[in-house]
Amino acid sequence: MISTAGKKDTERIKSVQEFQGKQAYSRSKFYSDKVRVSVGAGTCGLANGAADVLAGLRDEVGTSGLDFLVRQTGCIGYCQVEPVVDVLAPGLPRVFYHYMSAGKARQLVRAIAEGDFHPDWALGRLSRDQLLVRSERDFSSKPNGLSTVPKLEELPFYKAQLKIALRNCGFIDPHDIEEYIATGGYSALAQVLASIDPEDIIDLVEKSGLRGRGGGGFLTARKWRACRQAHGYPKYVLCNGDEGDPGAFMDRSIMEGNPHAILEGMTIGAYAIGSDSGYVYVRLEYPLAVENLQIAIEQARAYGLLGPNILGTDFSFDVEISRGAGAFVCGESTALMASIEGYSGEPRAKHIHTSEKGLFGQPTNLNNVETWANVPVIVNEGAQWFARIGGEHSKGTKVFSVVGKVKNTGLVEVPMGVTLRDIIYDICGGVPDGRAFKGVQTGGPSGGCLPESLLDLPVDFERLVEAGSMMGSGGMIVMDDHSCVVELARYFTEFLTRESCGKCTACREGIVRMLEILEQITCGKAVREDMDLLDELCCYVKDNSICGLGKSAANPTLSTVKYYRDEYLAHIEQRRCPAGVCRELTKFVVIPDRCKACGRCVKTCPVKAVRGREKVAHTIDQDKCVRCGACREVCPFDSIAVA
Amino acid sequence: MKLDLKSVDQIIGKYDGEDSWLVMILQDVQDKYNYLPECALGRVAESLKIPLSRVHSVATFYSSFSLAERGRHLIRVCDGTACHLRGFTHIKEEISRHLGISEGQTTKDKVFTLDVVACLGACALAPVMAVDGRCYGNMNAEKVRVVLDLYRREKRH
Ligand SMILES: Cc1cc2nc3c(=O)[nH]c(=O)nc-3n(C[C@H](O)[C@H](O)[C@H](O)COP(=O)(O)O)c2cc1C
Ligand code: FES
Repeated sequence: MISTAGKKDTERIKSVQEFQGKQAYSRSKFYSDKVRVSVGAGTCGLANGAADVLAGLRDEVGTSGLDFLVRQTGCIGYCQVEPVVDVLAPGLPRVFYHYMSAGKARQLVRAIAEGDFHPDWALGRLSRDQLLVRSERDFSSKPNGLSTVPKLEELPFYKAQLKIALRNCGFIDPHDIEEYIATGGYSALAQVLASIDPEDIIDLVEKSGLRGRGGGGFLTARKWRACRQAHGYPKYVLCNGDEGDPGAFMDRSIMEGNPHAILEGMTIGAYAIGSDSGYVYVRLEYPLAVENLQIAIEQARAYGLLGPNILGTDFSFDVEISRGAGAFVCGESTALMASIEGYSGEPRAKHIHTSEKGLFGQPTNLNNVETWANVPVIVNEGAQWFARIGGEHSKGTKVFSVVGKVKNTGLVEVPMGVTLRDIIYDICGGVPDGRAFKGVQTGGPSGGCLPESLLDLPVDFERLVEAGSMMGSGGMIVMDDHSCVVELARYFTEFLTRESCGKCTACREGIVRMLEILEQITCGKAVREDMDLLDELCCYVKDNSICGLGKSAANPTLSTVKYYRDEYLAHIEQRRCPAGVCRELTKFVVIPDRCKACGRCVKTCPVKAVRGREKVAHTIDQDKCVRCGACREVCPFDSIAVA
Repeated sequence: MKLDLKSVDQIIGKYDGEDSWLVMILQDVQDKYNYLPECALGRVAESLKIPLSRVHSVATFYSSFSLAERGRHLIRVCDGTACHLRGFTHIKEEISRHLGISEGQTTKDKVFTLDVVACLGACALAPVMAVDGRCYGNMNAEKVRVVLDLYRREKRH
């Protein structure tokens, strides 16, 4: 429906040979003799003030009359240290700067014009251009006055990372297809169209061992083959960008920061399957992802990389965006298809696979954003290269969003099979403020919560399921001793009552009853027998629901009951929430010996319940206190405790 | 109240009158009128030649649709897992205290509507809130007041 007419037909690449020329041209443009300054302006960067930084940069470059290129990129994954600015200057390693502000950015640009790279503000320099294996330029031996700046790829946060799905995110301007082409983009598609048969691509993907990153870990090649072999025309190729798991944002980062990787992957998939039409389904909360994808689609069409006769071959494929409207269940395959068709997103039982009858009743193949983004790299680097990364049954890397009570929050892409400890401690620096680690929640509302004793668990599809959780889309939410696991189970269960579409009884009614019991527990009104009832309900919902939402809805509860039974019992028997989160069961008091009467809690309390004067230990007025715990969070002396 | 429904016709035209785009058509209609007026739903059903019941089923299924008028600025507080653990409740309560509205309500002067959503995708900066699609990260009570005042002042210009 959106205007597509190739308004710039001059840009159209008419053959694979012409594409190679375009690649050389794009490279020379990307590594030009101009200084290129860019700002990480993904949703996370913008939420941290990247727009001001960008405005400052633009203004300074303009008023100082500098011949610099100012660009926006996506996110380099280290969201914690944003806003991030990076400088790519001719003949120099690329330098990344963290915690930037508009003022610092202006100063930086002026300094660079004088040849001073402000090493003191730098986060790191890249000795290769990208964090992926291949790169154009190698700077490992000539740091050029930047020797005090650590190598980015040697920082603890990046050392163990391998960016396949996240390649280019934060390194190229997603609004410029030529930057993607310059860094190897669309070369896999060109190669495929020039010399590989559709069946051989499926074999290649099969040999790579690629499994879907959308949660279930289905073998991608198997799905493609089923759809290829299904009878019917047209066939559809879909991308699941619904990213419903609250706490996961890798798909957003790819859609915003490297949208062409998804389009290239889908086009290769469509060629293998025999489809000429596709959709990307994007969740409502991601307006920037929609914008960047839309720009990418239009540019790819203009360059003849989408649309009729791609690269002058007789293969045609086009993609449109379908925006979600706020429903978690629409991440489920059949619900997603119903939504694209213009109906409520209610899943159906899959007696007939969607590979045979999916969107509009036609053969359909759905893969997750991250899955698609892996495909071009597999073609470029080879199936064996890919299969060497990761564990026995889980090949390649997985992106995790490590958030919550952890020092370095952000996106981490590591080979599968590394342990939770590697990710949470070595890469992300562990729990901040000297607090104790309590657990990590993986897999979102369908996953579970894993305790400290499982920190050495290798992270792959099978191991997580064995432990009672699942990979899900890769959210990892770290909890400390101020987080209550019972409340967390209640939170996810409440989320699921809202998101259950209501079609099947087990899910619609069962989850509500589970929630009632969990609420009783968090309010201190439950009795011991309720635990048995809860257990029974969990099994019932799990066994009798139609779709994955219901089938996995009990996981948050079951896993917390399994690993944190004591904490449940504390709520039930002692009417006490050890973490100090459940308000009905919590009373905060000041430990007078520790209190230095600094007054921070007095200022912070939203209801003026903390009383205090200088030099006198503060007190909390229990009648006024709403048990929000804000005082405890700001106290630097750990002097506020749960009574 | 009589509404000018020309915009509805334009939106439907943009999607070639294809009923499969219903979810997006309703989003565009909502962007235009700030909510989904009853008469607009009727017009959508009529133009797409589909039953009004189907339009209603979609309009009530997806959480972003509102059949009631909303404020000029839409505040979305994130209650995703990361934000939930890092102080969602404080942020929501502060907004409620400051504006005198709770979840799903609109201020009397029709400036703000408060919604709670699950994850805005900026989880690394939890707790997060968004106003009119713009995200604000690492929120605390004081920043909430600053951000809200920013939008409130804007209104007087
Ligand atoms: C309730 C529910 C929600 C889901 N949400 C998502 C989602 O947000 N993103 C996603 O990629 N897959 C989601 N899935 C999994 C999809 O149904 C589907 O398996 C996946 O998109 C297939 O892609 P893959 O093979 O590349 O993993 C969800 C499944 C269920 C049951
Ligand atoms: S959990 Fe709040 S932005 Fe994701």
